[in-house]
Amino acid sequence: MSPQDDRPVPPATGGDAPRSRRAAKEAAREDEMRLENAVDTAGGEMPPPVVPPTAADLAGSPAPESTLLQRVMTGNALVAFLSVVLSLILGGLLIAVTDENVSRASTYFFSRPQDTLAAAWTAASGAYIALFQGSVFNFQGETFARMIYPLTQTLTVATPLICAGLGVALAFRAGLFNIGAQGQILIGATFAGWVGFTLDLPVGVHLLLVVLAGMIGGAIWAGIVGVLKARTGAHEVILTIMFNYIAINFVLYLLSTPAFQRPGSTNPISPQLDATALYPPLLGSGFRLHWGFVVAVLATVFVAWLLNRSTVGFELRAIGANASAARTAGINVSKGYILAMAIAGALAGLAGVAQVSGTEKVLTSGVAASFGFDAITVALLGRSTPWGTFAAGILFGAFRAGGVTMQASTGTSIDIVLVVQSLIVLFIAAPPLVRALFRLPAPGAPRAGKGGSTTRTPASTGAAA
Amino acid sequence: MKNSLRKISRGTGLSAAVLGVSALVLSGCGAPPAEESSGGSSAAANSDYLGCIVSDSGGFDDRSFNQSSYEGLKKAEADLGIKINQAESQAETDFGPNVDQMVQAGCNLTVTVGFLLADTTKAAAEQNTEANFAIVDDNSIDLPNVKPIIYDTAQAAFLAGYAAAATSETGKVATFGGINIPTVTIFMDGFADGVKYFNEETGGDVQLLGWDKESQNGTFVGNFEDAAAGKTNTQNFINEGADIIMPVAGPVGSGTLDAVIEANAGGKDVKAIWVDSDGYETAGKGEEFILTSVMKLMGDAVEDVISTDVEGTFDNSPYVGTLENGGVALAPFHDQEANVPADLQVTLDGLKEQIISGEITVESAASPK
Repeated sequence: MSPQDDRPVPPATGGDAPRSRRAAKEAAREDEMRLENAVDTAGGEMPPPVVPPTAADLAGSPAPESTLLQRVMTGNALVAFLSVVLSLILGGLLIAVTDENVSRASTYFFSRPQDTLAAAWTAASGAYIALFQGSVFNFQGETFARMIYPLTQTLTVATPLICAGLGVALAFRAGLFNIGAQGQILIGATFAGWVGFTLDLPVGVHLLLVVLAGMIGGAIWAGIVGVLKARTGAHEVILTIMFNYIAINFVLYLLSTPAFQRPGSTNPISPQLDATALYPPLLGSGFRLHWGFVVAVLATVFVAWLLNRSTVGFELRAIGANASAARTAGINVSKGYILAMAIAGALAGLAGVAQVSGTEKVLTSGVAASFGFDAITVALLGRSTPWGTFAAGILFGAFRAGGVTMQASTGTSIDIVLVVQSLIVLFIAAPPLVRALFRLPAPGAPRAGKGGSTTRTPASTGAAA
Repeated sequence: MKNSLRKISRGTGLSAAVLGVSALVLSGCGAPPAEESSGGSSAAANSDYLGCIVSDSGGFDDRSFNQSSYEGLKKAEADLGIKINQAESQAETDFGPNVDQMVQAGCNLTVTVGFLLADTTKAAAEQNTEANFAIVDDNSIDLPNVKPIIYDTAQAAFLAGYAAAATSETGKVATFGGINIPTVTIFMDGFADGVKYFNEETGGDVQLLGWDKESQNGTFVGNFEDAAAGKTNTQNFINEGADIIMPVAGPVGSGTLDAVIEANAGGKDVKAIWVDSDGYETAGKGEEFILTSVMKLMGDAVEDVISTDVEGTFDNSPYVGTLENGGVALAPFHDQEANVPADLQVTLDGLKEQIISGEITVESAASPK
């Protein structure tokens, strides 16, 4: 029959035939509720329903409609937190192992082990203290401004991560694996940059137009993917990856044309954007933090409203939860895909604007750094909720900002930061591992008996509608 | 079957673990140092001078300009006894924070590598007039405390082009680049001029594949990472009949060496020309097939600039590496000495003199003005 067979069936009250029918009805209703729950709790800020079945349903263990994507994006917040902790510990070990002093001391480990341990502790703690000093508060700063400078740096770096992360998260919620934030940022930055350094407009109007151009650029780039997905059924993962390549090579080509080069130079670097096209500094010229951060906050508020309060958001979430059911319910799935991708692209475009008119002030082929890919991690870590993504963006901003100081003051390779970030993804993608390490109860454990390892479903990633 | 396989793999796993642990144990058996002796025996004459470097996104292990510049700084550390500090940029977004870190660390001189850092360097130099800066491969900044370090690479590439044309058996030589940017095309322009000069002087008809100086267009991989694409490009050139190939694409050049090694194993006689450093010493494979190298001696320039600053005679006039001052040069033929025409080295020395004296002008759109 159905997978719910082993559930306690409510006590029967009637004859045989009505009883089984009632049981079936009951099961069907449970199914419905579960779907509803999955959609609702995925809504983020809303507190997860207090009804008992949540744990199992959130992780979507045996539910046939649960997919890898859903499981990843509705993962436990505790798991996310522990993943970060675990990654930091492993990163610390790595710092210690690769440290020169440690390897020197370890050659006589058995004669004087305390040397090795002390060196290891110094290396790891020194690196992490530098990471903190570079990302939150520099207690050695000469002036107060210099002391809080690291925090503003963190917020500056977080700005594009938040914007692009929101785009990825929104697409995730609509059941689309948007790997294309990188290309969308680049195209957004190109549009914004061109408006910024070519047009000559008054203060205010210019910046507004730059922001709009960036959003339109990203929206077009991602929208094409949405259209192809909706019309032809082409898989968005492949499309977005390919569109990343097209974007980077397209930008490289544009930068080899005189329209995008500085007068008198053939280097692939654009002129600086006009002063009127730049985000004004948020805290004065001593800091790099710009109004783009406020835009990122507003974008988060908007996405939170869109997903949780608007009809469009409900439709997108319904599509993400189960495209077939959504279609049956009368939701236009094709329109949903296109819309989700276009909004995601516009958000990524905002990240591009934050780059060209916030921090970098020029367009180059490397203006997007690796923000588009980091954004995927940010969205995963934020469980695809708007404010979760916001927090994860700030955490990753702190890693990046602090990594610079860590490298400069302790000589620890900046790649360690990348390792820590990657470990976080690894642990988030493997919740059973984290649960086993910390001996957390697996979701649905009481029923299934064994841990979360019973949650294997074909990794169809939910997007293959 | 499966079981036995598993057993085997478990067995090897175990033995590997035992081996690893014993290696660890053995390596931990050394004697501890007698006392904490701070090894400050080297000349601490300039120990209060801090020289710093910020890489571009290639990193200090790019076998190209970041690495050579960094080696120059390391040499200055050893020779002059200065302290050094370095920051590697993962992406272009790291430039600003990295340069700021160096300024905050109190660097006397900060070397920034690559034209992409020009805006950042300029801003930092304007704000910190007491600190000095040097920027490699860019000549756009005109400030009293910024020294541009640039190279007229076309001069050395001209010699390489002449040598290639004189050595080619098939009458076809080739070059390709990483990305179509001036620091790359300057090699290709010089190479093209060298081939052309050979044809004019000797009435030869050596063709150049992969680069057209007139239209400033040719074959490019599109990045500085994809060695596989470098190999494919090189194989295409070999199939078209070229027997000497010069990749101007940093690490992509290792793909060219792979293709050249394979072609030679297949009975063909194909050679490569390396760029930036002497490939015979740095490429790590296929040295015997490297005809020569077009060298940009960035390390020496960086050390020079630092030593003038240590002496207090820093100035902002651009350092232009030429054949004359040894900033660019053609590497020796090494193993290929027997394969080049007997009088080639003499001719090349003559050409070098003529270029230095100005009798021959090597021009590129990308040449430093």
